[in-house]
Amino acid sequence: MSDHEYTPSSKFGKWFNDRLPLLTLANHLTDYPTPKNLNYWWTFGGILTFCLITQIVTGLVLAMHYIAHADMAFSSVEHIMRDVNYGWLLRYVHANGASMFFLAVYIHIFRSLFYGSYKSPREIIWILGIIIYLLMMAAAFMGYVLPWGQMSFWGATVITNLFSAIPLVGESITTWLWGGYSVDNPTLTRFFTLHYLIPFLILGLVVLHIWALHVPGNNNPVGIDIKKPSKDTVPFHPYIVIKDAFALLMFCIVFALFVFYQPNILGHADNYIEADPLVTPAHIVPEWYLLPFYAILRSVPDKLMGVVAMLSAILILAALPWLDTSKVRSAVFRPLFRQFYWILVADVLILGYVGAMPAEGLYLLIARVATAYYFAHFLIILPVLGWKEKTTPLPLSITEPVLGGSPNLAAARSDEKIEKTIK
Amino acid sequence: MSDQKDEKKTNRRDFLFTATAAAGAVGVGAAVWPLVDQMNPDASVKALASTEVDVSSMQPGQSLTVLWRGKPVFIKRRTDDEIKKARAVDINNLKHPEKDEDRAKNPEWLVMLGICTHLGCVPLTDKGDYDGWFCPCHGSHYDTSGRIRKGPAPTNMEIPKYEFVNTNTIKIG
Repeated sequence: MSDHEYTPSSKFGKWFNDRLPLLTLANHLTDYPTPKNLNYWWTFGGILTFCLITQIVTGLVLAMHYIAHADMAFSSVEHIMRDVNYGWLLRYVHANGASMFFLAVYIHIFRSLFYGSYKSPREIIWILGIIIYLLMMAAAFMGYVLPWGQMSFWGATVITNLFSAIPLVGESITTWLWGGYSVDNPTLTRFFTLHYLIPFLILGLVVLHIWALHVPGNNNPVGIDIKKPSKDTVPFHPYIVIKDAFALLMFCIVFALFVFYQPNILGHADNYIEADPLVTPAHIVPEWYLLPFYAILRSVPDKLMGVVAMLSAILILAALPWLDTSKVRSAVFRPLFRQFYWILVADVLILGYVGAMPAEGLYLLIARVATAYYFAHFLIILPVLGWKEKTTPLPLSITEPVLGGSPNLAAARSDEKIEKTIK
Repeated sequence: MSDQKDEKKTNRRDFLFTATAAAGAVGVGAAVWPLVDQMNPDASVKALASTEVDVSSMQPGQSLTVLWRGKPVFIKRRTDDEIKKARAVDINNLKHPEKDEDRAKNPEWLVMLGICTHLGCVPLTDKGDYDGWFCPCHGSHYDTSGRIRKGPAPTNMEIPKYEFVNTNTIKIG
């Protein structure tokens, strides 16, 4: 945050800004001092904002044609695809947009995990992010129900039945969620309402997320605290804006490849069959972005404990700032953590893979091992690593290693210091 | 004022605070309840309470799936072999011990909710390791009495309230 008081140059601007300081806010956002070493992994915040706005805009226009009724929902979606002008485009952008949104959010989350962006003083930013992620999952799940195909119906049945695992009140809660004795029209209409509401809740939380970010400022690849503004920072505009815009363009190319060339590759063919409460598809799988959690659910042989494990897998992330006991943020200076980080990435990918496979034989065994490792990473490895790990020395500033002219950050320190570390 | 400073006992203002907060909480609760309860099954959903099914054309070994309250109900006319198998099981070894005699009052007819007690999928008939039902979603195996034998489901498939109106008609609900 800039220290100097901002005064608009025009007379009207000054008059307006004295009454509603919007121009001061705009000035803060453009001048906002940003670490100058941010790499492309830091562009996903902007990309995610773009994804949210894309979903809200396409969702708004789709809602003008969609009919939330069990008898008409399926054909109204086909009507959008065949009859509505550009309906196919809007629906494919919205459906693939959900996948792109999750792709970006996973990169964003794993960026934070690598560079320790969740650590003090950024815990609230992190927790707000986890809440946004939970809401995204809720919105995506309910949105998937709306076309009222076979996967919609049975996905809704399986997920709402998770609540029936709650002791004593589980059955009543499930009936309450359904508005009946099974997933049916009342379920569809309420899911549509909530699907429409949640993006705006997310939008509000995004504002808080960015607000909380602007208090301490961005973390950076080196992970050290920096003075703001200083020679270690650049103003957000134009430096970060142009970098974000370029990354967004690249992201949109990938997005467009899906929308125009493989619009259904991330979906399931079964969802082009209208919902039938008498026939369960042979193989129910959620969308790809929920597969790791689905694998965790299925790896536990007890109904209640399976649900508990799945929810814990997400909620454990909220406790991460306190589970990771290391004072050093960036994995660049944590040689052991770096290895465990990549094992975790592999572990989550494996969980995603087995989540899509039948829950039996070798797949089940792999899912159980991977689930156990997932929890061990957060509950055992991270706390112990903070105590045991010998981290490499941190640079004094972002500029220091750069001016030293060497890509090796440790070598960029003065010769005297290097000699000390060797001895 | 000096006498109030000395003693910390509750005064009239504390009482008013507590009473106002309590009355407010009750008011908010009363206002929120309709917003919550509107999501429960409405009168028209509750009204569809029973279904009558004609089973006169069913042969031994055949099964039928009908919809009751939006849920599938399996009606199976069991063969002698299937009945024998179901009754031969030692119920002490079951995850959810129930006698077949209690589940099928008329041994030839098994009427039960065709919903896997794990997460609500519809199991496939005449499949699985126990020749009863098999749930394709998460691999639960049920025997010829619809009892859970293997897999994640916690309980046997539920038996709804039903009765034979006459020899050819079953009334569910």
